Amino acid sequence: MQELVDSLVADGFVPGGLPLWVAYLGAMLVFGGIVVFVFILPIAGITTWVERRVAGRIQSRIGPNRTGPAGFLQWLADGIKSVLKEDIVPSAADVPLFKLAPYVVMTGFVAAFVVVPFGGPLIIADLNVGILYLTAVTALVVVGILMAGWASNNKWSLLGGIRSAAQIVSYEIPAGLSILPVVMLAGTLSMQGIIGHQGWAPWTWHVFDNPFTFFAFFILFVSALAEGNRTPFDLPEAESELVMGFATEYSGLRNLLFFMAEWGNLYVIGAVVTTLFLGGWQIPLALADHPVPRIVLQFAIFFAKAYFWVFVAVWLRWTLPRIRVDQMMIMCWKYLVPIAFVNFMGTAVWMVLFPAGVPAVRVLLSLTAAGLLVAFARRVVFHVRRALLTREELSFNPLSTARVMSRG
Amino acid sequence: MPVTTAVFYLLAAVTLGSACGVAFGTNILYSAFALMGTFLGVAAIFVLLGADFLGVIQLFVYVGGILVLTLFAVMLTHRIDVQVSNRAVGRLPGLVVVGVVATWMIRVARAARWTEGQPGPPAATTAGIGDAFLGTYVLPFEVASVVLLAALIGAIVVSRKEVKG
Repeated sequence: MQELVDSLVADGFVPGGLPLWVAYLGAMLVFGGIVVFVFILPIAGITTWVERRVAGRIQSRIGPNRTGPAGFLQWLADGIKSVLKEDIVPSAADVPLFKLAPYVVMTGFVAAFVVVPFGGPLIIADLNVGILYLTAVTALVVVGILMAGWASNNKWSLLGGIRSAAQIVSYEIPAGLSILPVVMLAGTLSMQGIIGHQGWAPWTWHVFDNPFTFFAFFILFVSALAEGNRTPFDLPEAESELVMGFATEYSGLRNLLFFMAEWGNLYVIGAVVTTLFLGGWQIPLALADHPVPRIVLQFAIFFAKAYFWVFVAVWLRWTLPRIRVDQMMIMCWKYLVPIAFVNFMGTAVWMVLFPAGVPAVRVLLSLTAAGLLVAFARRVVFHVRRALLTREELSFNPLSTARVMSRG
Repeated sequence: MPVTTAVFYLLAAVTLGSACGVAFGTNILYSAFALMGTFLGVAAIFVLLGADFLGVIQLFVYVGGILVLTLFAVMLTHRIDVQVSNRAVGRLPGLVVVGVVATWMIRVARAARWTEGQPGPPAATTAGIGDAFLGTYVLPFEVASVVLLAALIGAIVVSRKEVKG
């Protein structure tokens, strides 16, 4: 970021006479604005469309398909609709807090993007406390949710807010403990530094470094889902119990802000997991020499990896039932926290025993993961084929020749 | 330099303003939320001083941990409107305590030797803090850990139900 501004100043793109800090401030605001309006808002919107389409497929229905090709513009329609809706403030609500809460949530969510890498040199600020900053600013989301839950003056909202706070505070611990092995391996907290410690090949990724990081990866993903209030951990807004949880009383734009933060947060989860464990934007050096195609390629590979995990989160939401509050706490404190501690200590011991790492273990672990992926893909293909087959088989009509023809 | 100074005064105003909101507010929940401004302001001042690690830890521990737990506790109480924050002590003893603390703090601030820092991008402090904790200050660090562990065990002992057998 700073290098970019310095080169622009040197090339005379910045009007003379301006102090340097004005140039920095302007560059920060412009780049931040680009990230917010060109990346975050569309990504959150498009994810709602993806979610609804995938949910439709999983539930054997169609999903939104009227607005634009395959319903792609549905997210824009929903956004415009939400903006045009009346902004209702309940008469018994605590008005200042009620109005402030969505902005606090949105601030916490957007602030996370300061350290989220996009590929190559594209990052708003590569803080040297990057990952720590990211886990810290998400605390603002909790404060915002508690604020919304309280200010709505509604029992469902309050229960949702308090559930959310309890959940996020609890799941921060396994998440933090699963980030630590990576920080130890890379020896830095900076997001770009962590990516730089990995290579493009799967066996150089942190997730396959040793058996402990392999499990730490899954614990981080599960904890991140819980912190993002996603099913199976969406107790704060459990529709069947709490109407819509902390967002029950909100309408129009404020409601939209809550949900934009929720869906946008899915991408943050994917980006964090990709950065820490899956090699980030690393590509083979030989692929592109020219800087521009290289950055495009790096962006594409990072986005593909991150969005894959968004897709997995959507799958999980529509295939798993919601767990109970006590089960959620038991899972966190009795299973995830001890396992995360074992991973943390195990990685430390592993680093002492094998300072250079064990290539055989890395290759073995990545082959195992590839095997799991292949087995899963075969299973999916098998089910899809069977579903297509039974559609013909089930429409059994003795007078029709369709069945005989399909066999023949 | 004037920019940094202006930013400092802005942050100080936010911090002190929120702190006044905490101290003088009659709604205990508003006080708790105003505490967020104080914590954020202090974290920002740490960052301005070049202590980025400390600033983020401030955010992490105080906003993420203590503020959330405070809000949690406040929301579970049923008396939100509190006119007198501490009934046990009146206004006069309170003033005396505040006066003593204030004079003492001003004396410390005047006695301290303030050094002008070098302007420029802050250097990474994380590794230095880690080395200091596990090198020079390893004993205080470990003692603090044991104290925290004792507090944790104490909390468990206080909160767990007695098993009758």
